[in-house]
Amino acid sequence: MRKGIFSVLRRSPFAVCTARNMAARMMGVVACVVMLATVAPDMAQAFSDEELRNIAEQLDDNSATKKVAVIEKMAADGDPRVAPILKAMLDGDLYVRDSDEHVVIATKKGKVFTHIDIVSGEVAGESSSKELSKIKVNNRLRGALRDALATLNLFSPDINVRTAAVEQIMDARDPAMLPLLLRAIEREEDETLLARMQLAEATMALAAGETTDERLAAIAVLASETTPQIRAVLSQFVASAEAEGYQPEVVEAAKDALSSVERRLSTWQTVGDVYRGISLGSVLLLAAVGLAITFGVMGVINMAHGEMIMIGAYTTFVVQQALAPFLPSGSAWSLAISVPAAFLVAGAVGVVIERCVIRFLYGRPLETLLATWGVSLALQQAIRSIFGATNQQVTAPDFMSGAIEFSTGLVLTYNRLWIILFSVIVVAGIAGVLRYTAFGLQMRAVTQNRRMAGSVGIRTGYVDALTFGLGSGIAGIAGVALSQISNVSPNLGQTYIIDSFMVVVFGGVGNLWGTVLGAFSLGIVNKFLEPVAGAVLAKIFVLIALILFIQKRPKGLFALKGRAVEA
Amino acid sequence: MTDYRQKYKMTPVVGWLLQDRGGMILLLILIAAAILVPAGNLLVPEGSALHVPTWMLSLLGKYLCYALLALSVDLIWGFCGILSLGHGAFFALGGYSMGMYLMRQIGDRGVYGDPILPDFMVFLNWKELPWYWYGFDMFWFAIVMAMFVPGLLAFVFGFLAFRSRVTGVYLSIITQAMTYALLLAFFRNDMGFGGNNGLTDFKDLLGFSLQSDGTRAGLFVASCVFLGLCYIVARGITQSRLGKVLIAIRDAESRVRFTGYRVEYYKLFVFTVSAVMAGIAGALYVPQVGIINPGEFAPALSIEIVIWVAVGGRGTLYGAVLGAFIVNYAKTFFTGVMPDFWLFFLGGLFIAVTLFLPKGVIGAIPAFGSADRQSLLTSWRKRRADEGGKA
Repeated sequence: MRKGIFSVLRRSPFAVCTARNMAARMMGVVACVVMLATVAPDMAQAFSDEELRNIAEQLDDNSATKKVAVIEKMAADGDPRVAPILKAMLDGDLYVRDSDEHVVIATKKGKVFTHIDIVSGEVAGESSSKELSKIKVNNRLRGALRDALATLNLFSPDINVRTAAVEQIMDARDPAMLPLLLRAIEREEDETLLARMQLAEATMALAAGETTDERLAAIAVLASETTPQIRAVLSQFVASAEAEGYQPEVVEAAKDALSSVERRLSTWQTVGDVYRGISLGSVLLLAAVGLAITFGVMGVINMAHGEMIMIGAYTTFVVQQALAPFLPSGSAWSLAISVPAAFLVAGAVGVVIERCVIRFLYGRPLETLLATWGVSLALQQAIRSIFGATNQQVTAPDFMSGAIEFSTGLVLTYNRLWIILFSVIVVAGIAGVLRYTAFGLQMRAVTQNRRMAGSVGIRTGYVDALTFGLGSGIAGIAGVALSQISNVSPNLGQTYIIDSFMVVVFGGVGNLWGTVLGAFSLGIVNKFLEPVAGAVLAKIFVLIALILFIQKRPKGLFALKGRAVEA
Repeated sequence: MTDYRQKYKMTPVVGWLLQDRGGMILLLILIAAAILVPAGNLLVPEGSALHVPTWMLSLLGKYLCYALLALSVDLIWGFCGILSLGHGAFFALGGYSMGMYLMRQIGDRGVYGDPILPDFMVFLNWKELPWYWYGFDMFWFAIVMAMFVPGLLAFVFGFLAFRSRVTGVYLSIITQAMTYALLLAFFRNDMGFGGNNGLTDFKDLLGFSLQSDGTRAGLFVASCVFLGLCYIVARGITQSRLGKVLIAIRDAESRVRFTGYRVEYYKLFVFTVSAVMAGIAGALYVPQVGIINPGEFAPALSIEIVIWVAVGGRGTLYGAVLGAFIVNYAKTFFTGVMPDFWLFFLGGLFIAVTLFLPKGVIGAIPAFGSADRQSLLTSWRKRRADEGGKA
């Protein structure tokens, strides 16, 4: 790799090249290094061994013009064994062995040169520099060599290199590449890549095609694809077809193909928006669900909720640091341990806050709001004093990195997918606790009618404390998830607190499904607005829409039905 | 109580001002400050023990603006039970109006020397002044806008919110959403308000250089005067019959509604007045600190205003002024001496005041246990007893 980069850097300053060519050549050089290591013998070989040896020997010529002709002849055939030879020539490692007049690739190790046979690719002896005569190259030859190497990528035994080469051809749409591409199609065995190659051929045939039939055939192939690239190809063609007055049926067919591609692309775009919306919604849900529980039961907005999320994230960090000596980096175990740890730490902090502050303020929701805001400021500063104001690094485990990519431009990253799954599990868990446990029953009773619940013997104060602990603990779990996708800093909570409020207020109090629906609809609406209006404006619109929504339903989507009347 | 109304009928203003001991003290202090502090700055030579340095003059002027802002919050929270967590938005809007005037006053003295466009617009390659910047080259227009824009926003917002009976925590949250939305909006460069950097580099106000001691002293006096005037207006509102209805709404909104009052109109009125006061505070604040940026819209700042009121003593008006001075002095002190400690202090203050000083500092002074305070206290006690500890 390094060698490849340097060889590009060594290029003559006089050789003009575009960035794309540069990239293509880099790829080529990289490919050659790969090939030196693994030469696939089953690849279709155009030259026989003898032919290859003979033609390579013609490289040892004094005329640069003849050498260029030989290089082009070698490259045009697409033999995979040619690339290492040309690569070696480019690097000045191609020699003629004086003993048998064979061309060899020789690499220097100390004072000894190791010879590699160009036909078999195997080591074929050693010698000192005296027994070898170098095949000389000049700048003109170097340029020719690089061009030849770039086209050879299409025939590389490494499928990744071939794929990259095909994508480059798709982008460049240079008609001159068509014959080479056709030959590559003949030899290609991988079906996916073959389809890609045929598509590339069709894009070029569209540009180069001269008869109506050729064009129609190309359009038919292109119309079956759904990528932004093909849309660009088609719309470009439609424009030029109209300008140059092609046959009406060609123009019609191209337009039809374009609109069908666009239709399918916009469907995929919608799918992508929904996915991103669900992904954002699951983050909002995780952040807000604990808040919804405390708000539902106690009627107070806990302004320190965001700091509980932050504490959860810092717990993840501390657990990871503490386990670092015992676990390999990227292990899932530290995350698995972080979840209960964050629940316990944040839950404990929540219970302490409830016992020390909130319990004295029941019946004064606005004062509670202020007091918990004070708690949040103090917690932020405490974390800042302990860990410092800078972001802490939490490494994601291996199973959370990477993504599933579709050719239509849709990318599903694993960490987002896991967070969606995680939020579903957390909400299902909470729903289970509320529905099936004695504590859940008591909590629902207190939410619906505090005094009646008290009258039948439920210790409402005790339920309050545990509820606050539960809500805070869930916030802590949310912190574990958020530490994977955002910065772990003392301000982490602040970034989520307002969004959490919006979700709770939108969804309504005392109803878990309200929160779920609220989170996902806010997430999806936000992501649908984003492409139209931009991220910031989308957020502003959502906020304004929420303010207006509250006018319509002052108690949220799912208000508790009952005979409660405010004072 | 009847005694009040008798006096109020005979001598409208003087009557209730004489009754209002805290208010009298506040007004006397303001008059004294408006005379002595500028005199101490301009007339007493430097080096003398009585000399007031210019930085202190500016600092006190800033505190006065905060005090006016706190007063406006106390008017709605202390007397009508509306806890606005977005009052910083009205303050900032007033500030932006003044900032736009000051921006236009720079004229061709900016970095780019464009006679019409402010620097940041030239920088963004804008060719024309946006329509909403028209008129801000006139001082009177900027002043009117500093009151009209916050007032209008409060009117529209309040009209929607109060009509649909959005109350309590829900109202607090959507006021916060409002200021947050404005924060995001003003951060955008496309809005034409200077984006992230806001408006700054002001040169002069009505032809007087903002750097000169005389102008600063004048702004200080103006702040004193407006704080005094707004105090009298706020006191007048709360002492009037309308004010009694407001207090009734604060204590038992449904009962007031059932008695036949249109609760939403009362709330709307006082909310709008309060927003206008906040706008005036912002307009006075900007020339004294020399900058206005979207940071003023931050929800955290709006919540901080509420704690000023709570510290001083909710529902007293003069308590809010006192609270603004105490907290902001503490902020200046701590951020200078031990910056790490400031948030601990502020957080602790929030907790301590709500837990131990529900009536604020003023409530802790026995001499100020006025009739009004009594009613607030009894209503709290009653409500707690009524509802058995649940809102």
